[in-house]
Amino acid sequence: MQNMLTILTSVFRGSLSKNVRISFKVVVSARTYADFTPQASFDIKKCELHRLEQGPPGEAVLTREDGLRYYRAMQTMRRMELKADQLYKQKIIRGFCHLYDGQEACAVGIEAGVNPTDHLITAYRAHGYTYTRGISVKEILAELTGRKGGVAKGKGGSMHMYAKHFYGGNGIVGAQVPLGAGVALACQYQGNNQICVTLYGDGAANQGQIFESFNMAALWKLPCIFICENNKYGMGTSVERASASTDYYKRGDFIPGLRVDGMDVLCVREATKFAADYCRSGKGPILMELQTYRYHGHSMSDPGVSYRTREEIQEVRSKSDPISMLKDRMISTNMASVEEIKEMDVEIRKEVEEAAQFATSDPEPPLEDLCNHIFYNEPPMEVRGTNPWTKLKSIS
Amino acid sequence: MASLRCFLRSGRNAVSVILRREFHKTSPAALQVTVRDALNQAMDEELERDERVFLLGEEVAQYDGAYKVSRGLWKKYGDKRIIDTPITEMGFAGIAVGAAMAGLRPICEFMTFNFSMQAIDQVINSAAKTYYMSAGVAAQHSQCFAAWYGHCPGLKVISPWSAEDAKGLLKSAIRDDNPVVVLENELMYGVPFEMSEEAQSKDFTIPIGKAKVERQGSHITLVSHSRMVGHCLDAAAVLAKEGIECEVINLRTIRPMDIDTIEASVMKTNHLITVEGGWPQFGVGAEICARIMEGQAFNYLDAPAIRVTGVDIPMPYAKILEDHSTPQIKDIIFSVKKTLNV
Repeated sequence: MQNMLTILTSVFRGSLSKNVRISFKVVVSARTYADFTPQASFDIKKCELHRLEQGPPGEAVLTREDGLRYYRAMQTMRRMELKADQLYKQKIIRGFCHLYDGQEACAVGIEAGVNPTDHLITAYRAHGYTYTRGISVKEILAELTGRKGGVAKGKGGSMHMYAKHFYGGNGIVGAQVPLGAGVALACQYQGNNQICVTLYGDGAANQGQIFESFNMAALWKLPCIFICENNKYGMGTSVERASASTDYYKRGDFIPGLRVDGMDVLCVREATKFAADYCRSGKGPILMELQTYRYHGHSMSDPGVSYRTREEIQEVRSKSDPISMLKDRMISTNMASVEEIKEMDVEIRKEVEEAAQFATSDPEPPLEDLCNHIFYNEPPMEVRGTNPWTKLKSIS
Repeated sequence: MASLRCFLRSGRNAVSVILRREFHKTSPAALQVTVRDALNQAMDEELERDERVFLLGEEVAQYDGAYKVSRGLWKKYGDKRIIDTPITEMGFAGIAVGAAMAGLRPICEFMTFNFSMQAIDQVINSAAKTYYMSAGVAAQHSQCFAAWYGHCPGLKVISPWSAEDAKGLLKSAIRDDNPVVVLENELMYGVPFEMSEEAQSKDFTIPIGKAKVERQGSHITLVSHSRMVGHCLDAAAVLAKEGIECEVINLRTIRPMDIDTIEASVMKTNHLITVEGGWPQFGVGAEICARIMEGQAFNYLDAPAIRVTGVDIPMPYAKILEDHSTPQIKDIIFSVKKTLNV
């Protein structure tokens, strides 16, 4: 046992990249098969700060358990989005479809930095958040294919998925930001110590209503974390061509901000924890800019290569992929084995495949459902159909 | 859900100065209450009744409300429940909708309806449509917005006329779990109405979706909403002297519209005129006429149903022009006589 540890230790030391340091807390146990390191500490990129004396710590501790959880979440999201791509090309998914692959570390890192009882709202690139906020791959894919087993019973589609304390899924660029500030107002009003994470993209960052929200949030000290997911392109327009200032973390002006490496799940987690503490302490809103990247084009109708080069996409994939980064960290510190990860990959593929089967075979919502859910908590009513003789029923 | 109170301002201070009646005279039966005070009472009572209710908008707190509708509320309920906002309609409308999504019951006030246009995206796309899409698991200053908001499924739209209407409908709107647009008419604020004992109670509400027959009649049906109801009643009084008895219906709710009450009346009187302050094209009257045509009451009409509406022009400034751009009592009388062929 002691020998094995020594061997392992020297192997590690040899193959360490300079970002990795190990703090061993080895628990000597009676198990005889390969013991994994229970946790390790990693250096993470320091955040650039705006109006803050101090930022999140420069290193993060990752436990094996958390590492596996983050890996599983990110890999599941990745495979889910790729499956959606496939289904879209087969015309089983129609309409708008904005894929999140490449940005997984943002959704997973944020979720790891807040409580499940906190609130979250985002724009239309929302499948990842729908997953991290608790909805199964099955329900997400079935919503994309417009079936009754979908999270919104097939009535919402890609941009309108919701969960408890997750307010979608919003199609109008920027409109979700005042909504998020409103949710934060409700948290403050109810005194429940919850916060709201309000996301928007680099494209939306120039919307007037966002600045209106900044003003009111700061004025009233709303517990709101505004997060700009900067994936460098607003549809086909690069940030340099859209914004007079691309320092999105500073755009809150009087609101303190951090610029975070959005490809590193640990960096995102630590920054989110820092931001959440800030908000919960009653200091008011805070802004985070997550620098990230999307592999797909803006939506399924955008090949994504007319405004950027394939080389650029390839470079990000090979050097900064969030899932690879986590995997390398876990394996190099012996927090997980290659086999274990492979096994997980196989499981995840299977899960996604089964979800896709369900999404393809589940029936569409029944026609009787057409006029339902117009109002909440209302007695049943009649709705005019396409002509005066057609009266449809609506229940809430 | 969010209750959106919007103020229809029609030009200058056209509110006739009505001497405030002896304010504190308590008569156990009827009491004279202005529309403004009725709205104030409604909000006060609902703020007291339900902690989740709060009011936000420009000048609603420390200024006591731009039209004094929220007078006294900030003093009584404080900063938490009565919130002054900066001049950022889209922002605070969105905040109201977000707060409603998270369980509160905001009253979002737009100083004039035209300001609400800046926020119409939040009202229509965020407030109205969200519940449906989630399948249950959310001139420059004078226009009638009944047609605009009335067009949109997912919204309820109410249009009070009297003080009782104002109080009862607003209370229902606040208690409703769905987004409700409340079309208030600024010109009505200072007008006093008799308020029955029943209406003075804290539990008095008027159901949304039900019209009221303000005056019974047998010769012709006049359907109206908001300020024009008063005009219809005035016209009816004049016509009564000539032996023409008008039945006057106060819609109270634009959406969902109470077409049954209108149909029953038309089947009785055989003649219909709709009267509104808004523009004719795609308006409330157009909708009523279309529905009457499509329904059973059509066979009872002895003459085409017609609409009396605002003139199809942007609202002019000069007083004389302004006065002539919305229906006057004489226009209603004229139309009645034409329809009845007298």
